[in-house]
Amino acid sequence: MLDVSVAYNRYKFLGHEFLTWLWFVIETRSDRLKDADGAPVTLVLGDRIVLENHHKEALETVTIKGSEAELEEGRLSVKKGAVVTELNLRLHQDDRTWRFDIKGESLSVAGLKAPESDGDKSDIEAVVLDKMDQYEKVLAFVRHLYREFITLRTSGEWDKKTLHSIRKWIASA
Amino acid sequence: MGFLSSSVSVVCYQVQGKLARPINETVEQGLKQFTIRNIDNEPSDKAVGWTSFEAPFSPDFSGASFSYGTYFLFSLRVDKKSIPAKVVAKCCALEAEKRLKQTQQKVLAKNEKKQIKEKVLHDLALRIPATPGVFDLVWQYEDGRLWFFSTQKGANEELETLFVKTFSLRLVRLFPYTLADLSCDLSAPQKDALLKLSPTKFLE
Repeated sequence: MLDVSVAYNRYKFLGHEFLTWLWFVIETRSDRLKDADGAPVTLVLGDRIVLENHHKEALETVTIKGSEAELEEGRLSVKKGAVVTELNLRLHQDDRTWRFDIKGESLSVAGLKAPESDGDKSDIEAVVLDKMDQYEKVLAFVRHLYREFITLRTSGEWDKKTLHSIRKWIASA
Repeated sequence: MGFLSSSVSVVCYQVQGKLARPINETVEQGLKQFTIRNIDNEPSDKAVGWTSFEAPFSPDFSGASFSYGTYFLFSLRVDKKSIPAKVVAKCCALEAEKRLKQTQQKVLAKNEKKQIKEKVLHDLALRIPATPGVFDLVWQYEDGRLWFFSTQKGANEELETLFVKTFSLRLVRLFPYTLADLSCDLSAPQKDALLKLSPTKFLE
């Protein structure tokens, strides 16, 4: 395996491509997503998106906060060649909602808010196990999505089909 | 933001290697050996060590108290003393004045000034209590997975160093490349393709 710090910097573009692909997935098949166990989930964009665009030597960062309508600016940035570097997302399953931010270059999850549990709060072991289940729901889902992305990315499928579909989505923005 | 906070930040790791059995005892031994040391009333300005999740200021790892179901849950504690530069400057100036009076000198040599600064820092470190930073982690030993509840660069670096020192196990942070290489079940040709990837041009 490559040296960890070299690999971090050399391949951080994969995290940005993953989030850009994820936005495309959310807009084109959000209602058909499944979690790591195959159960249906709904994933929607939250209220924050960060994009980066490299213009020759200069780096332009665009941060958009707001409702769906204001994300139009984000779509325009993608149209100009930007990639997504951070996304705020909401994951829904049954009547529960998880909110979190994901950063492309590290795939770290921040601001993760899990649904409130109605279990016995005086039993610390039960509280810990329930919390861990709640967190793992999001973390396993992110791994599951990344696995789908990287499988596509390292196969001929990416260049043959996926990239073509993403370009069509970008052009329609 | 701790494990039970209403909002958490998480960095995922893969743990490589195996511990000597019985696992719980080996973990307990490691945690006890590298438990955070109290540096209040000591000249040290920093201490890093493990502490209990439920009692971070009175660590106790006896009786597998760090075991919750199939998880190990404990915390990294980083205690630091930060002495404001202006306080150091004031104390050095006062100490230098005292020394000049005692020795009837007009100026202090460079070496004397250095000695004064060292003494001032030592004395202040004894008087100032350390500020603790507590960062929770969850470790699922069987699957080799570890979740660290902080995205702070410094805290993650301290974790990586102390974990290897304590358990002699490699801790690999999962980011785009390592997650693809270690956790996505890629075939050998896909791993070769991964190494050769370059950024996609989304625009035609």
